[in-house]
Amino acid sequence: MSTVFPGDHIHAQHVNLKLGPGLLQTSSVNSQNASSSVIATRAGALNHSANNSKWWIESNSRRYVPATQELVIGSIIQKVGEGFRVDIGAAHPASLDSLAFEGATKRNKPNLKVGCLVYARVSLAHKDMEPELECFDAQTRKSEGFGELRGGFVVRCSLKMCRDLLDPKHFLLPLLGGRFPLEAAVGVNGRVWVSAKEFKQTIAIARCIEAADPDGGGLDAGEIKIFLNTLDV
Amino acid sequence: MRPPSPSIPEKEFLFSALKESQRIDGRLLLEMRAPSLTFGPDLGWVECALGKTRVLAQIDAKMVKPLPERPFEGILTIHSEISPMASSDYEPGRPSDEEVTITRMLDKVLKRSDALDKESLCILAGQRVWHIRLTLHFLADAGNLLDCACLAGMVALKHFRRPDVEVIGDEVTVHRPTERAPVPLAIHHTPFCFTFAFFPDIATQPVLDPSQLEQRLSAGFVSIALNAQKEICVLQKLGGVPLGTDDILRLVEVAVAKAKETHEFVEARLREDWLGRKVEVR
Repeated sequence: MSTVFPGDHIHAQHVNLKLGPGLLQTSSVNSQNASSSVIATRAGALNHSANNSKWWIESNSRRYVPATQELVIGSIIQKVGEGFRVDIGAAHPASLDSLAFEGATKRNKPNLKVGCLVYARVSLAHKDMEPELECFDAQTRKSEGFGELRGGFVVRCSLKMCRDLLDPKHFLLPLLGGRFPLEAAVGVNGRVWVSAKEFKQTIAIARCIEAADPDGGGLDAGEIKIFLNTLDV
Repeated sequence: MRPPSPSIPEKEFLFSALKESQRIDGRLLLEMRAPSLTFGPDLGWVECALGKTRVLAQIDAKMVKPLPERPFEGILTIHSEISPMASSDYEPGRPSDEEVTITRMLDKVLKRSDALDKESLCILAGQRVWHIRLTLHFLADAGNLLDCACLAGMVALKHFRRPDVEVIGDEVTVHRPTERAPVPLAIHHTPFCFTFAFFPDIATQPVLDPSQLEQRLSAGFVSIALNAQKEICVLQKLGGVPLGTDDILRLVEVAVAKAKETHEFVEARLREDWLGRKVEVR
């Protein structure tokens, strides 16, 4: 693992090369040296899989840049004709078609108001176009947990923190879930929707996420346990 | 692009939690985030943080010709431009309503309250005065930029020291800091600003030092600028929340207590920093 900066050439070579976040293949045809056609687009730690086929860069930031197949939490900002415009914290609002929901037809559309929260997947993210979202699995046409999020609260955190929360081995959500029942939906755009029975439990989750955020407190499992004991939940 | 207003679940949760006197960050209703001050290598370079809100204040002084209508007074100018660095809600160029409010309030708190003795900045009447320039850089916005900026600006004025000057007849000599110790600015009093946020539901009590979400969802603000000697410099009310005299007096009492605390904290930090700068001259 090494640290790279934007513009650095990455010597990634494999017959079936897959590039992850932060890497870009430059399409310079006349480039004689094929190995230098991959460059880094952000600063961070360079990682690759065991067989050198998958490469990606890990870093922390606060501004979300959409990428396809990522799970995001957005809020409806406008109703437009056959769909909605959704704020997902990126530079541009995303568009969500009203037919991209489970069981939606021309007659039976979801009734979402401005200000509603949705859990969705980015279905299209092109650098020259507005991102597009969908609230179902395109193959099965089932909701798979996507759709409107009612009640609860949205915690904002750094992008590294919400990626960590998606890791099943991360300590925070199991630790909190052991104390009281909770629901959570993690978007990789730096928003985490949480819901618990009582206000102080929801507030405790919000404060724990903030305290564990590497961009804020950066506490580890032991310190979070001590912190949680001071919160009286 | 205007920032989208907070979503319905966020709004409902904040209002119902506030009704039970609970705030999202676990503070009490009238509790401030503890300020923290960081001093830079230069005098008059102060970074003030209220939670994740951070403002950097910097002072420099130069000699200029005074304004013809005020030949005995120095000049204090405040530069406060909110760049998109603070938050993506701010746009470069066109000042937002919030920026205009902050700029006007800073002008009232730091300049028109006569915190700084402008006549002491006069070097040679009608010829030469000190021009003190305070630049505020808004580094991060997590709510209540105004109080943070006022605190940063005030502490920077107290922290700054200008070069000593000597006037013999018409001749002005500026001494280097290595020759003569720089002198602090003459400060009459130190006002601090405290902002309370009110919510659309009248039953909800006001909160001190609102966070970004509280600030967005509030229906009105009351900002009180006062010093530790209980002298109110500015009282500003924004938004259409009806308030009685008793309500205002109660807020003033809270602000008085907070001003005393903040004053002691600032004095202690300045003293600490000054002791750390002591250089023995043999």
